[in-house]
Amino acid sequence: MDNSFDVIIIGAGVTGCAAARELSRYNCSVLVIEKDEDICCGTSKANSGIVHAGYDAKPGTLKAKMNIRGNEMMTSLCEDLDIPFKRIGSLVVCTDEANREGIDELYERGITNGVPGLKILGKDGVKKIEPNISDDVVCALYAPTAGVICPFRLNIAMGECAEQNGVIFKFDTKVNDIRRTGDLWTVVTDKDTYSARAVLNAAGCHADELHNLVSDRKYHITARRGDYMLLDRSLDGFVEHIIFPQPTKMGKGILVTPTVHGNTLVGPTAIDTDDKDEAPVTSEGLSKVQEGAVKNVKGLPLKQVITGFSGLRAHEDGGEFILEEAEGCPGFFDCVGIESPGLTACPAIGEYMASLISAKLGLTKKDTWNGICRDVIKPFELPAEDRAALISEHPEYGRIICRCETITEGEIIDSIRRPLGAKSLDGVKRRTRAGMGRCQGGFCSPRVMEILSRETGLPLDSITKSGGDSQIVIGRTKDEG
Amino acid sequence: MKADIVIVGGGPAGLAAAIAAAKEDNTLDILILERDHELGGILNQCIHNGFGLHTFNEELTGPEYAARFESQLDELGIRYMLDTMVLDVSSNSVTAVNSKEGVFTVECGAVVLCMGCRERPRGALNIPGLRPAGVFTAGTAQRLVNIEGYMPGKEVVILGSGDIGLIMARRMTLEGAKVKAVCELMPYSGGLKRNIVQCLDDFDIPLLLSHTVIDIKGKERVTSVVIAEVDERAKPIPGTEQEISCDTLLLSCGLIPENELSREAGVEINPATNGPVVNESFETSIPGVFACGNVLHVHDLVDYVSEESGRAGRSAARYVKNKGNGSGPVIKVKNGAGVRYTVPSSVRTSELEGDLIIRFRSGGVYRDSYIDVLFDGVSKIHRRKPIITPGEMEQVILKNEDLEQAPSEILIRITEN
Repeated sequence: MDNSFDVIIIGAGVTGCAAARELSRYNCSVLVIEKDEDICCGTSKANSGIVHAGYDAKPGTLKAKMNIRGNEMMTSLCEDLDIPFKRIGSLVVCTDEANREGIDELYERGITNGVPGLKILGKDGVKKIEPNISDDVVCALYAPTAGVICPFRLNIAMGECAEQNGVIFKFDTKVNDIRRTGDLWTVVTDKDTYSARAVLNAAGCHADELHNLVSDRKYHITARRGDYMLLDRSLDGFVEHIIFPQPTKMGKGILVTPTVHGNTLVGPTAIDTDDKDEAPVTSEGLSKVQEGAVKNVKGLPLKQVITGFSGLRAHEDGGEFILEEAEGCPGFFDCVGIESPGLTACPAIGEYMASLISAKLGLTKKDTWNGICRDVIKPFELPAEDRAALISEHPEYGRIICRCETITEGEIIDSIRRPLGAKSLDGVKRRTRAGMGRCQGGFCSPRVMEILSRETGLPLDSITKSGGDSQIVIGRTKDEG
Repeated sequence: MKADIVIVGGGPAGLAAAIAAAKEDNTLDILILERDHELGGILNQCIHNGFGLHTFNEELTGPEYAARFESQLDELGIRYMLDTMVLDVSSNSVTAVNSKEGVFTVECGAVVLCMGCRERPRGALNIPGLRPAGVFTAGTAQRLVNIEGYMPGKEVVILGSGDIGLIMARRMTLEGAKVKAVCELMPYSGGLKRNIVQCLDDFDIPLLLSHTVIDIKGKERVTSVVIAEVDERAKPIPGTEQEISCDTLLLSCGLIPENELSREAGVEINPATNGPVVNESFETSIPGVFACGNVLHVHDLVDYVSEESGRAGRSAARYVKNKGNGSGPVIKVKNGAGVRYTVPSSVRTSELEGDLIIRFRSGGVYRDSYIDVLFDGVSKIHRRKPIITPGEMEQVILKNEDLEQAPSEILIRITEN
């Protein structure tokens, strides 16, 4: 196979996939290289799932610009990609009279950044739209354009859309070296060596290492861990907005929010760590999450936790998104320091980077480009008649595998068979939600393993939780030989 | 679709309820809806023996016990649908989905809730650490070993000493795995004494009381866990940490009745059991909706599940036949000191089939203590028990003739010596 491409994107997180989708509009060959087994395995898989309104970032920064533009793009992008997005609005809650000025500052910053619909609500106004808010509330900044999204589905759908427009993906492939060879970039991986006219560095927490291989101007990323707790869907409606404390220099603080699927999410902490790949939940982290949550929301039943998880933010020392052609490296483009509001900003970052790269390479747009995708068909989101027709034609859509989230065998098969389909339990989970409910896969994981084994032709003891050496069972019992 | 009685779930509770209802009135049309692809529920994976001592006076395995009920089901011609998931329940209809009928509604005269329970997962336990493969609930591991024929791992630590965890300690050992320790957060086990003896002591597996898991290590697959001793407030004691290398962590930390359907239907739930509040007929707060088995309260012995479910099935049959409930004075059953809950929580003497059995669990370990039953504050039973633990369900039997005096309240409590 020909190993030369116009563009190589390193990293299949939200930034890499958004850029891949935007670049697929152009007449060019694009390869995405990902070190993990699937799309959405790094920073993109564990975050708050928030589409921020855009009042946090300092006016004039790329963070501010990309946030505003990404937020604007999100509604039509989600329609095109057939994924849920709810603009439920956010509240930054002030619980101390002495800090009221902070809310005014955020409001002013939001206005300067161009955030629409901002309002400062007094105590009564806040209580009216969010009755379970702390009684200590003094006032709050209300931003109606903030919303919630499923980060997995956004990431995977952007990747699938890129793939349907000709982008090639290589998984389980780690970049070991990048060098300039004549007018081209040589990308050496643990599998193969590739060359490209341009490279896009979207490597999340490792983006500094890749950049530093080629450029004299050095960057430094710290992995900043965030712990979360996810609460049962039976609490749906306990809070109806994204509820933030007032921000500090470590971040936006511990929020309480409904997820797009009706769970309640609490977190994150912000703890700098040395390890850029492993993010263990700690008991101190979980305690901080619990303390933070109850400050702004009263009576939150934290006992209804169904899982805890943690993620890593790629915090660059400068605290700003770095979105540019690297100094002294023609054709090497950086997306470095993509932390919050990275999820919100990703469509805008993709659009911006594609414009930089297409200008550099002199790319022309394709005559036909298909930006529309369909998600895994969800029988329980269909009108009754359509669902009946679906089940009579494809009986597997009437067989429930995940009891807690009501996910059928049909959805699981679709998630495996579709382009860039799931290869592991976690891959199925991120595409369908099977195993994401209150029993956390206790009942359905053996059945999902069977389906994966049947669909992929691999024996059950080769099926993994999340690729690599994460096999779930180690072999047959002794009496089975 | 129509049926006189719809039974939600075809495990031990559903089977016993259906059979008893059919025996009570053989003209009734009874329909069992089962979400798995076979009847028998969790019994299918319980290949150890010890089932049926009370019901059949012999020791059966789980599948053998289920088979006895399934053959009766066939003899009685009771209908059932497999791979059928119930989505919604009310007193006169049940909506479900399967691959043949799509989403369908069964109109019915009564409903018996027999959905069983699920295991408390890692996430609900707030165990810190990474999230590699190799962390299973004990029941999931049991299914993998006994149904699928695969080994979850070779070196095992078990957190929680519930009965499934104890059974799996033995099962994994017999399959050639090394079970290094069973850690129990509480100073006492939540499992049956006989299981501790037969599944741990007989295999020299250490049971570490007042211990918990404070870290899980390994990025792809578990490589070790860190355990620590805990204080009276269940907080890890610094300095007591030990790292145990292993590839598997099994969790046996409690069972949660699966009452999502019940809650959505508006059934009143007892916070102590997480199951419905029921009367002597196992009828919930919604007339015509009955509940039995582990969806009602978690049992140690399937024989008691069968017995209670029989009662629920007969009650449902009579409810349909009589087109409603009998009336009469209602006695409240209250749990006093040391008693976490009682089943039932109210009694109509007019509806009793004979003697009244009240089952309950203690809130802690009591030695040389007394189980007391008081009728309107007057002592009726004062029975000495050498040991009472939360892991073993207790019962008192009240004679039907004693209840003819119809107190307005029965109180059950544990009195320490």
